[in-house]
Amino acid sequence: MSAPAKLPRWAERGLLPLINLAAALILSGFVVKILGESPWAALKLLVSGALGTQEGIGYTLYYATNFIFTGLAVAVAYHAGLFNIGCEGQAYVGGLGSGLVALWLGDRAPLLVVLPVAIMAGAAFGAAWALIPAWLQARRGSHIVITTIMFNFIAASLMTYLLVNVLIKPGQQSPESREFGANAFLPAAHELFAKIGITFSPSPLNLAFAIALLAAALVWVLVWRTRWGYALRVAGQNQSAAVYAGISPSRIIIQAMLLSGALAGCLGLNELLGSQHRILIDFPSGAGFVGIAVALMGRNHPVGILVAAVLFGALAQGGSQLAFDLPKINRDMVVVIQGLVILFCGALENVFRAPLAKLWPGRPARDPQPSGVTPVRP
Amino acid sequence: METYTLIVLTLAATIRVATPLLLAAIAGMFSERSGVVDLGLEGKMLGAAFAAAAVSAATGSAWAGLGAGIAAAVLLALLLAFATVSQRGNQVVAAMAINIMVAGLGPTLALAWFNLGGQTPQLDGPGQRFTSLVWPWAGTAAEHPFPGLLYAQLLSGHNLIVYAAAALVPVSAWVLFRTRFGLRLRAVGENPHAVDTAGISVTGLRYQAILISGVLCGVAGTYLSTAASAGFTRDMTAGKGYLALAALIFGKWKPYPTLFACLLFAFTDALASRLQGVALPLVGVIPVQAILALPYVLTVLLLAGFVGKATAPAAIGVPYAKEK
Repeated sequence: MSAPAKLPRWAERGLLPLINLAAALILSGFVVKILGESPWAALKLLVSGALGTQEGIGYTLYYATNFIFTGLAVAVAYHAGLFNIGCEGQAYVGGLGSGLVALWLGDRAPLLVVLPVAIMAGAAFGAAWALIPAWLQARRGSHIVITTIMFNFIAASLMTYLLVNVLIKPGQQSPESREFGANAFLPAAHELFAKIGITFSPSPLNLAFAIALLAAALVWVLVWRTRWGYALRVAGQNQSAAVYAGISPSRIIIQAMLLSGALAGCLGLNELLGSQHRILIDFPSGAGFVGIAVALMGRNHPVGILVAAVLFGALAQGGSQLAFDLPKINRDMVVVIQGLVILFCGALENVFRAPLAKLWPGRPARDPQPSGVTPVRP
Repeated sequence: METYTLIVLTLAATIRVATPLLLAAIAGMFSERSGVVDLGLEGKMLGAAFAAAAVSAATGSAWAGLGAGIAAAVLLALLLAFATVSQRGNQVVAAMAINIMVAGLGPTLALAWFNLGGQTPQLDGPGQRFTSLVWPWAGTAAEHPFPGLLYAQLLSGHNLIVYAAAALVPVSAWVLFRTRFGLRLRAVGENPHAVDTAGISVTGLRYQAILISGVLCGVAGTYLSTAASAGFTRDMTAGKGYLALAALIFGKWKPYPTLFACLLFAFTDALASRLQGVALPLVGVIPVQAILALPYVLTVLLLAGFVGKATAPAAIGVPYAKEK
């Protein structure tokens, strides 16, 4: 058995993701070329659109906020040896929780009350949506990849039903709730900056970004600095060792999935309370799946996830600019790049790892990653 | 009488909806039986749907479209096989990557080539689509409710791919359970080490299985864009690949039960569109979304072991590394 080649820590965490990203971008460049546009011009537009203006930066970080939440969610599950494809559904249902609180308290209580309750509700709803697949995996051995996919579809049906039949604002065609009360609006970054005398161009970037950073710090402490985090990582890497050490893998599976769902469930803070100010159909719009790419690229570490989330945020924002300026390219090109990044960072990572490892022969194994994301079989 | 006609029409719709599901589910059966999780059904179908519609629009031939659809799905399958079998990458991640990439690539290429906002042109020329075949005397037969209407609606009046999909069930059952290839395929999904020890290439078998899956997904995708509708639209598979996977699990990785699952799921779909806003006696209006979510709920219940038990091939999801 040829184990995955080992690299020095900086190459594993920095160099390899960069090479994988470069490979994905080069291939995307070929696609752009096929479409009849210049890859260089496209890259320049992408970068300037995402980072060239204050507004662009604001949008980039606004998108990144969603991806931090879902990226962390995927990573926490990954450390327990689970592949959570259900972030999309958990974010959707979690957002319902936050949104309901915003509808209920938005014109009754100040933001200082609304926000904590909305966070708790979002996390609780997201966690609840992850609980059933988690329980089924832990106690009945139902494969979590499949059940979370099914739960994404069930969530979509449930939310469509609720929005079309229950939450819809009377006398309106599109399935959206009424607007939240103004107290449930998270303050935008440009408003916060204005208070301390800094002018920043308006963008949907809002307080949820700070909450996402806090969540990342929390995940770091929980996973790497607590007894529970140790148990989580042991259970993720070797179930029999965990059992031998007195750790119950099934309990860890459920706890990890609850935390994962709670993190994904916070997406609604940014998307609904921060920007849209109402509950609307399909608001996670794929962020749950981008979370997979973010976690893979970020090596399932909060710092890596922050970097990767900003990168994907830039891709989302720069991609809109691209679609705006180049007639032959639409926003779907961003989805292509996302797919390629997942392919190279996730499924094809050994392609570049093996030749890289030859540069450092005889390195001892360091910083082992969970041996496989699907150790628990149906 | 009215009700009878409605039931027959709903059953006819069931057959049409079930066809791509069945093709994709049988496709998944081959790769999963060989030990490779096939979450990529969705992407392969979508890629094929785009290629088939694009080529049919350009050449005016549905058959050329079918060829292109199969070619596109096989290319994607090869990529999946390279990543998961040769590179031993994570099968779930590889498939998700392909699904996401194709979801973007179809509309991107469609916009650049046809400039219709991410769609392919409407296929309305002669021979650009697989159209329904009307069997002899179907028109006359339809005037007689029983059995004439059944003959006209259920047996006659479908396109070639529907009949091919129906024939696929016994054929795949035969291949899987009555041929040497099928035996080896099942063995490699249960215990690849044993197969390797017997001197048979695990890699070779898994490549073959994934390629078969690619071909069948190609046909399924072609059906969607050149038979069931007239052209490619963004995200036109709409989760059918995952639904097919659910049907495969519901059918316990066996051909005939999978056929039953596909028909059941397709029936819920056909029923949902019939029951939209209709008040039923006793229960009142059933929300369409509840009916549409039913296949997924049923599959979860099955996986949980509450309704029967689904046992996956033992080696599924585990990349095989030859011992040195």
